[in-house]
Amino acid sequence: MTRKAAADAERTVNNLESILPLVLDKNFQWVMMACVLLGISSGMIGCFALLKKYSLLGDTIAHAALPGIALAFMLTGTKSLDIFLIGAAIAGLLSATCIRLITYHTRIKQDTALAIVLSVFFGFGTVLLTKIAQSGSGNQAGLDAFLFGKAASLVSSDVWVMAIGTVILILLAGIFFKELKLLAFDPDFGRGIGWPMHILEGLLMLMLVLSVIIGLQAVGVVLMSALLIIPAAAARYWTEKLHVMLVIAAVFGAFSGFVGTIASTLAPRMPTGPLIVLTAAGLFAVSAFFAPRRGWVTQWIRKFRWRRAFGNKRPVLNEKAASQD
Amino acid sequence: MAYALWIVLTGALVASSCGMIGCYLILRKMAMLGDAISHAILPGIVLAFLFSHQLETAYVLTGASLVGLLSTVLIQALHRRGVQSDAAIGVTFTSLFALGVVLVSHYADQVHLDLQHVLYGEIAYVPWDMVTLAGVTMPKAIWTMGTVFLITLIVIGLFYKELKLTSFDPQLAVTLGIPVSLIHYLLMALVSLNTVAAFESVGSILVVAMLVVPGATAYLLTNRLGGMLALSVAIGTAAAALGYALAAIWDVSIAGAMATVSGVLFLLAFLFSPRHGCITLRWARQMFQRSSHS
Repeated sequence: MTRKAAADAERTVNNLESILPLVLDKNFQWVMMACVLLGISSGMIGCFALLKKYSLLGDTIAHAALPGIALAFMLTGTKSLDIFLIGAAIAGLLSATCIRLITYHTRIKQDTALAIVLSVFFGFGTVLLTKIAQSGSGNQAGLDAFLFGKAASLVSSDVWVMAIGTVILILLAGIFFKELKLLAFDPDFGRGIGWPMHILEGLLMLMLVLSVIIGLQAVGVVLMSALLIIPAAAARYWTEKLHVMLVIAAVFGAFSGFVGTIASTLAPRMPTGPLIVLTAAGLFAVSAFFAPRRGWVTQWIRKFRWRRAFGNKRPVLNEKAASQD
Repeated sequence: MAYALWIVLTGALVASSCGMIGCYLILRKMAMLGDAISHAILPGIVLAFLFSHQLETAYVLTGASLVGLLSTVLIQALHRRGVQSDAAIGVTFTSLFALGVVLVSHYADQVHLDLQHVLYGEIAYVPWDMVTLAGVTMPKAIWTMGTVFLITLIVIGLFYKELKLTSFDPQLAVTLGIPVSLIHYLLMALVSLNTVAAFESVGSILVVAMLVVPGATAYLLTNRLGGMLALSVAIGTAAAALGYALAAIWDVSIAGAMATVSGVLFLLAFLFSPRHGCITLRWARQMFQRSSHS
C-alpha cells in the first residue's frame, strides 16, 4: 500500500490504542452506563410527555428540584444521594401541584404558571445554596453538582440507583402501555369507558418526576429537560406508531448518552451534560431533515418530483369536466 | 449606603423593564418563549464577548439580542414544519443553551463568565464597575439597564395601541391592517434585549422570574392593561428592594432573593387579591351565603 495509506493506518491504530485504555477504565464504564440508562428512560417518558404536551412541564419539574435537594441537605445534614433524590422528588411533585393550583384557581394560563413556578422555585433554590455555602466549607460542592450534573464523577452506587429507576420506568410503561396510550391520545374516551384517567395522569406525573430524578445527577437540573424533549421529538419524525416511537426515542437517548460521554472524555475540560444534549440535537436535526416520509428533505424531494411530473397542475377528480370549463 | 442603592436600583430597573414587557408575554401566552429566549442568548453572549472582549458593550447587547431574535425565528420555522409548539421551543432553547455552556467551558480563560454567573448573575459586583458619561458617574449596569428600560418604555408607548390590540384580538388587528408579525418580532426583539441586558445582573434563569412573576401578580390585581403595566413596575421594584434587604440580612444570593420575594408577592395576590384571590373569593362566598340565609 502507499506511504500515505500506511501512515493513516498507523494513526488510526494509535488513536484506537489511546481510546482502548479509556474504554477499559472501570470508571468510564460506569459513567457510560449511567448516561445510556438516562437516555433510555428520558427518551421513553419524553414520548408520553410530548404527546400530552407536557414537555415544558418536565423543564419546570427539573428546575424546581433544586430547592428540594438543598432543603434535603439542610434538614438532614447528610450528603446521601437517596436523601437528595427524595428531596428532589418531593419538590418536583410540589411544583406540579402548584402549577395545577394556579391554573385551576386563577385566570393565569398554563405557560405563565410553568414560568412562575420554574423561576421562583429555582430562585429559592439558589438562595438555599448560597445559605449552605456560608455555613461551612466544601458543603456546597456536592450540591453544586446538581446544577449541571457530575457525570464524570458518578460512582457505581449512583449508577445502581439510575439502573433501578430505569427498570421501574420500563416496567411501568410496559404494564400500563394501553392505559398511557389512551391517556395520551384520547383521554375523554378513557373517561367514557370508566377508566380512572386522573389516576393515570398522576401516574404519568410520577413517572416524569422519576425520570427527572434519574437524570439529575448526570446532567443536572438545567439540562435535564433537554433529554426529555429532544429524543422524543426526533423519534416523532420516524414513525406513527407509539410503541415504535418509544423504542426509537430510547435508542436515540442511549446513543446521545453514549456519544456524549465519549466526547466529554476526549475533551477533558468539557462537562458531559451539554455534550449529550448537543448529540441529541444533532440526531434531531438529522431526523427532521432526512426521516422517510416526514423529513423535510424527503418532502421537498417529493414535491419536486410531483412538480416535474405534473407542472403546477392540481389533482382534479374529473379531468374532462374540468377542461370543458 | 450608596452601594446598596446602586444594587437595588439595578434590580428595580431589571424588574421594571422585564416586568413591563413580560405583561405582553403573559397576555399572549408566550411566557415560556421568554424563558426560551433567556436561555438561547447564552451562546450569543459568549460569541459576542469573544469578538469584542468586553461584557455589556453595545456589541454584546446587539449581537446577543440578534441571536435571541433568531432563536424565535427558528422556533417559528420548526413549528411551521410540523413540530409541536412546546417541543419546538424546548428543542431550540435547550440545544442553544447547551451550546452556550460548552462555549463557556471551552473559552473559560478568555471569557469572564463561569457557569454559576450564567445562572444567577453577579448583581453584587455592579457598584464596582463605574462609568462616567457626560460628567455623571454611575455603575455600567445602571447605564445599560437604564437605557434598555427607556427603550422598552418608548417602544411600548409608541406602539401601545398596536401591542394592545395584537395581544387581545390578533384577528381584528389583521383585518385592520396592523402588521401582526412585525409587532410580534418587535416584541421578541425587546424581550431579547432585556434578557441580554439583565443577564449580567441576574443571570439566565432568574431573569425569567423578573419577566413573568410581577406581571402575573399584576394580572391578578387589575383588569386594565395600563394598570397591569404600572403595577408590574411597582411590584417588580418592591421585589427588588425587599429581595436585596433579605439577601443582605441573610447573606444569600441577591438575585435568588429577589426572585423568591416576587414569588411571595405573587402568593399574596393569589390568596388575597380583591378580585381574584382564592381566600377573598371564599370569604365573599361565605358572606354572600350568610346574607342570603338571613
